[in-house]
Amino acid sequence: MVFGALWMIGTFLLLGFGAYFMIEDGLKREPFEVVNQALIYFMVFDLSFRYFLQKMPVMNIKPLMYLPIKRNAIVNFAIGKTLVSFFNVLHAFFFIPFSIVLIVEGFPVLQVIAWYIAILGLVLCNNFINIFINNKDSVFFAVVGVVIVMMGLQYFGIFDLTNYTAPIFKSFYAIPYLAIIPLVLAFVFYKMAFTYFRKNLYLDAGLSIKHDVAKTEDYSWLDRFGSLSTFLKNDIKLLKRNKRSRMTLIMSVVFLFYGLLFFTGSVEAYDGPFWKIFAGIFVSGGFLFTFGQFVPSWDSAYYPLMMSQNIRYKEYLSSKWYLMVFATIISTILSAFYLYWGWQAYAAVVVGAFYNIGVNSHLVLLGGAYIKTPIDLTTSKKAFGDKQAFNAKTMLLTIPKLLLPMAIYAAGHFTLGEVFGFALVAIFGLAGLLFKNKVFDIIEKIYKSEKYKTLAAYKQNN
Amino acid sequence: MITVSNLSKKYNSDPVLNIEHLDIPKGQSFGLVGNNGAGKTTFFSLLLDLIQPTTGFIKSKDIQVNESEDWKPFTAAYIDETFLIGYLTPEEYFYFIGELRGQNKADVDALLKGFSDFFHGEILNQKKYLRDLSKGNQKKVGIVAALIGNPEVIILDEPFANLDPTTQIRLKQIIKNLAGQQGVTVLVSSHDLMHVTEVCERIVVLEKGTVIKDLATSAATLQELEAHFAG
Repeated sequence: MVFGALWMIGTFLLLGFGAYFMIEDGLKREPFEVVNQALIYFMVFDLSFRYFLQKMPVMNIKPLMYLPIKRNAIVNFAIGKTLVSFFNVLHAFFFIPFSIVLIVEGFPVLQVIAWYIAILGLVLCNNFINIFINNKDSVFFAVVGVVIVMMGLQYFGIFDLTNYTAPIFKSFYAIPYLAIIPLVLAFVFYKMAFTYFRKNLYLDAGLSIKHDVAKTEDYSWLDRFGSLSTFLKNDIKLLKRNKRSRMTLIMSVVFLFYGLLFFTGSVEAYDGPFWKIFAGIFVSGGFLFTFGQFVPSWDSAYYPLMMSQNIRYKEYLSSKWYLMVFATIISTILSAFYLYWGWQAYAAVVVGAFYNIGVNSHLVLLGGAYIKTPIDLTTSKKAFGDKQAFNAKTMLLTIPKLLLPMAIYAAGHFTLGEVFGFALVAIFGLAGLLFKNKVFDIIEKIYKSEKYKTLAAYKQNN
Repeated sequence: MITVSNLSKKYNSDPVLNIEHLDIPKGQSFGLVGNNGAGKTTFFSLLLDLIQPTTGFIKSKDIQVNESEDWKPFTAAYIDETFLIGYLTPEEYFYFIGELRGQNKADVDALLKGFSDFFHGEILNQKKYLRDLSKGNQKKVGIVAALIGNPEVIILDEPFANLDPTTQIRLKQIIKNLAGQQGVTVLVSSHDLMHVTEVCERIVVLEKGTVIKDLATSAATLQELEAHFAG
């Protein structure tokens, strides 16, 4: 998490200082105007990020209820705690540098400060809104849906929402004392969050844990996979029934569209021919990477059970491997729409899939064997990277995962042409399959030699 | 069945367990008692090769548990919730364990039928995942799962804790049957002196990791234990 957070802060800082000039030089438009237009979307994205990722303090306040502390104090404490969250601090890293640049560029100081205060108020509004919309999926998705439709309408020039919202944001700058409005609004939302929280501060109300209605499924159609089916059935249930693992499914859909950055030519830096392969690897391998890197951590909650049963490691590994292969094939089929940008784009995805199945599937499992981060399946928070997931060994493995296929392609591309480049990558992928048993043997040895360490590490968080 | 030799476990030179010699014959119901931190769970974890001994070893049916995995097919255990798979329903969990232990669905169903009393209608067909069951019901599932596949050694850590009185009485019956009639070696730890003396033929008292009493259960055992722990 620390790694991800630092990365976000870094990007925001860069954007904060650079946005003004990038817009001025790149888009040839008035930067302040453009930022005000984008703000409405920014606010909605902020809200949706919070909705998915910001931890609600609800779970931590249960122990306070038995202590002699006034209920109002508990609620204030819980809401106050959300204020110091990363999500509130992060904005400062963009808006403060941006405001400074504005002032340097000759915008009146007082007006810029008023504008900044207004933004701050709106960010706080988001913070409080998130408290009382938490767990109200329908409301949330309705809002996000409307915004996405609005973006679409704007893109096709039918209706531009920002024509109506940009003036609002600009008015905080034009008439500085209007900045008081977002602050008042934030206070109102605070009161609403307070009342909502106060009313639900009971074990059987807001603090109760929702139970899913379970249905026993036997998946007997998987029995054709023989003894492998035991694990395959479990892994499918693992993916289906836990928030954290469902996140990987969502991520793999997101990765499907990652290639758009490359193939549409919208990012100049990615125009080199071998970047196609880079994209192809990610487009077809989204699931492979997000799921595979945490094998066996997915089973951390019941690792002692697995270790005291007569588990055949090969079957255990094969099951995860097949899941990754199926997912890669499905992603490859779904990404056929890349054909729209020429056969090369889709060819890159297909050979990327070959390489993923033949080589990367093994490398990911190998890297996973060294990651000893227990996974809490029941929460979708923390899905974006754990600091322990970035250790030296897994970093080293990204070289053969990503750089090697790019190099292989480049070798073919610059000698006999692009077809040869694609063929080379595919051949390497197919050749990788020959080593499957060998690699599984190595991983099994790692599992065995690291068994006690892994058990101890998983115990820490359980 | 189980032989312990010179077994010790230390964490950063703090000794937590030190058993010079212990023999548990086949078919014995063996009770382990001791206060918190006495080393009961440590001993069971060593027996299941979940932690490494600092010195010595445990042999189960002449197989040294930290060298070979061949003890796994005839050994079953329920230590805590980490032996349950939270996102499965009880049925799915039983079938999963069954498959790992070479039992088909019909075998498992037949076994489960015998425990409908024990389950008391709260386990099967409840439309709940294991993670959403109460602690007591989770324990019932874990205990019964440990009986799947005719194991020869069964290890239960604190099986009576969290169970309601009716279930406690039924569990005692089950454990007595296993050892008495089916020749299964049952290892049980407990804080409830009454329950262990009732169920186990032999009771070992651990204190700070060492065996300080090794009793064949008789009418006087309960009093002796109570006197020991009172003083």
